[in-house]
Amino acid sequence: MMENTEKLKEVKPMSLPPTSLPSSADSVSGPVRRPDYIQVRDFSFNYTPDVRVLHNITMDIPENEVTAFIGPSGCGKTTLLRNFNRMNDLIDGISHEGLINVDGQDIFDPNLEVISLRKRIGMVFQKSNPFPKTIYENVVYSLRIAGQRDKGILDEVVERSLRGAALWDEVKDRLQQSALGLSGGQMQRLCIARAIANQPHILLMDEPCSALDPIATAKIEELISALKEEFTVVIVTHNMQQAARVSDRTAYFYLGKLIEMDVTKKIFANPSKKETEDYISGRFG
Amino acid sequence: MVWFSGMWLAIGLLMIVTLLVVIVKNGLTLFWPSEVVQIELVEGSKASIQGASTLAGEVRKRQDKRVLDAEGNVIPELQLFVGNRDAYGFGFRYVDQSDIASQVYPEDIIVAERIEYGDIIGYPVSMKLADGVINADAPDFRQRFESVVGLSNDRRHEIEVIEKKKIGAINYEMQALKLSLRKAELGGGLTDELRTSVEQRTAELQTEYEVLAKQATDLRSAQKAETFVCRLPTGVEREVALGDLMHFYYPNEMGYFDRVGHFFVEIWKFLSEDPREANTEGGVFPAIFGTFVMTLLMSLVVVPFGVVAAIYLREYSKQGPLVRAVRIAVNNLAGVPSIVFGVFGLGFFVYLVGGSIDSLFYPERLPTPTFGTGGILWASLTLALMTVPVVIVSTEEALAAVSRGAREASLASGASKWQTIQRIVLPASVPGIITGLVLSMARGAGEVAPLMLVGVVKLAPTLPLDGDVPFVHLERKFMHLGFHIYDLGFQSPDSEAAKPMVFATTLLLIALVVVLNAAAIILRERLRRKYASSAF
Repeated sequence: MMENTEKLKEVKPMSLPPTSLPSSADSVSGPVRRPDYIQVRDFSFNYTPDVRVLHNITMDIPENEVTAFIGPSGCGKTTLLRNFNRMNDLIDGISHEGLINVDGQDIFDPNLEVISLRKRIGMVFQKSNPFPKTIYENVVYSLRIAGQRDKGILDEVVERSLRGAALWDEVKDRLQQSALGLSGGQMQRLCIARAIANQPHILLMDEPCSALDPIATAKIEELISALKEEFTVVIVTHNMQQAARVSDRTAYFYLGKLIEMDVTKKIFANPSKKETEDYISGRFG
Repeated sequence: MVWFSGMWLAIGLLMIVTLLVVIVKNGLTLFWPSEVVQIELVEGSKASIQGASTLAGEVRKRQDKRVLDAEGNVIPELQLFVGNRDAYGFGFRYVDQSDIASQVYPEDIIVAERIEYGDIIGYPVSMKLADGVINADAPDFRQRFESVVGLSNDRRHEIEVIEKKKIGAINYEMQALKLSLRKAELGGGLTDELRTSVEQRTAELQTEYEVLAKQATDLRSAQKAETFVCRLPTGVEREVALGDLMHFYYPNEMGYFDRVGHFFVEIWKFLSEDPREANTEGGVFPAIFGTFVMTLLMSLVVVPFGVVAAIYLREYSKQGPLVRAVRIAVNNLAGVPSIVFGVFGLGFFVYLVGGSIDSLFYPERLPTPTFGTGGILWASLTLALMTVPVVIVSTEEALAAVSRGAREASLASGASKWQTIQRIVLPASVPGIITGLVLSMARGAGEVAPLMLVGVVKLAPTLPLDGDVPFVHLERKFMHLGFHIYDLGFQSPDSEAAKPMVFATTLLLIALVVVLNAAAIILRERLRRKYASSAF
């Protein structure tokens, strides 16, 4: 972990012109918070040479805030999210133009090891996907693959991560049982615990509540608000109320284009674009 | 359509069940002690043995003759197992039902198993022991008979231990000494010192050998010293050495439970003993052991080979026309006739690889080949090659079935591709891999044709695993149940006598395959429960 961060600091920070970011003093507080922790510049993405799903996206995602991506199905919000930790690499035939910088580093830099990038970015998926292992082993997975064997450290990480995911009290007595015996909401929180176990800087959430009931959803939303103290959270959601409740900033996508991005309150109260207003007011989408 | 398709399934099941019933019934009669009937023949019957009008034996079959009599009626006939092959020159006799004047089941008739020439069926007359003659009507005749036969069995066992184990070990060491000398000679490092020490040790071994050989000879003559006299149903008296008898029973006196007991004892002997009499008598233990070891070795080779190949095909290679072509080729490999694999194994493994190993590592044994001839290792490798497509195909399917969610979760946690395969994908694929293993074992264990070229023999003097250093002898030839069936059924001098053995061996081979498969399936179910999940 530390090595990676140090290595990153040696890399010359990319000098890019900052986009005009609306002042967000009302929602963001604290000392050093970069407003452009993730920089997306003129980014376009193709699944095949003919199918372009993202068109010239430019945005800044601030540190230690919750940023929500909303938009109708197929608008490219998940694709963009999955570019941040290069999960799209698994797909054959993809191509992209433009830049994405995380913490000042170009993530498409051929010298960058994608594994070190992913270690800094946790991800929670739409469908909860715990491994068929014990709860304990699920949480420490990222440490195990990094070669951590110290039982003390692992135990500590398990407790911290499960507390962080508000699951500790429910499972502390059955850490050695299979994770597959948990309920749907617990599984999703376990996946969050797994994603934050290695203390990443960024947490990507791809519709984390879409398969959950309202009570489990409420728990996770509560959790998201708490998580932004430590992490930069990017959440993709279909649920506009959810975006309004949990996020500091909201980006509205439509047909692969970023229509508008602003402070959540403004987006929902007084969007500057007509399309955004139509979508939010339910006239469309 | 339901009825139509169901009918075909029913026909298929019926055929399988019939086959199994035939095999089980015929196989198990080998062990069941049936009653011995004594038949009085009518005058001039063609069934009479050596002119006698009486004969006795176990009824093995009742059937109608192919030819009809003069009036066009069917003639029923019996097949009798009459035993006493050395006296009669045959073991079986067909008797027309119409030739039977009378039949009885005499209480005192005896069936005695010998190490040679099969069973004696006759009436005990006397035993000529060192301390006098005991007649069969003496009150303690049976106890004495039993104890004497027991003693001769012990002696036979002792002879076996001396000849096979002790003298075998001496021969093994002498051979090794000779080879070490030859090796030194070839390497140019032959010193007088070495030669003297080898000669000295050889002389020691020779003395040891002579002592043992003397012991064995003494025991052998003791086996011949006492005799058993019996009267055959035909009236002739015969005298046989007591040392030749292994076991006897009074078939017409036995109660049901005696028969059941005898049945299980016979089954145990069949499973645990070495074959005798050109494999038509005795047990099949070396063949069971050979089949088992070969299948195990094959599994050890085929699983890693198949799994690694499947991982490359499914996880690493770029899916395209080339990979598709490779996949089709792999599938077709499963359809290549097995004898072709045998020829390949002979040419590649035995002659090329084995020959090279011999000239590199065992030059002192040449021109006698060590690995340059068929052996259990080459047989296992040949079968592994033959069955590897099955493992590749089922592993690939299992790998493909591992959900994307699990892979993505692992990769997103910062795992490399190999770590993901190793920790997430492979464990989840284990049930599928075991399915492939089950299929390949089922095919490999029953295969005979390629083995005939690469290492199976009719009678192997030694097992591939034993007490001689280095314990595992991969170069040795071995016996195999499948080949044993072929050998008994089609290469045996007395195919009628071997028939029950063929069925029994077939039953055993099926049972062995079932046991191996059941073990694998139980393992798979356990793992499946462990990894059971909706996410996978």
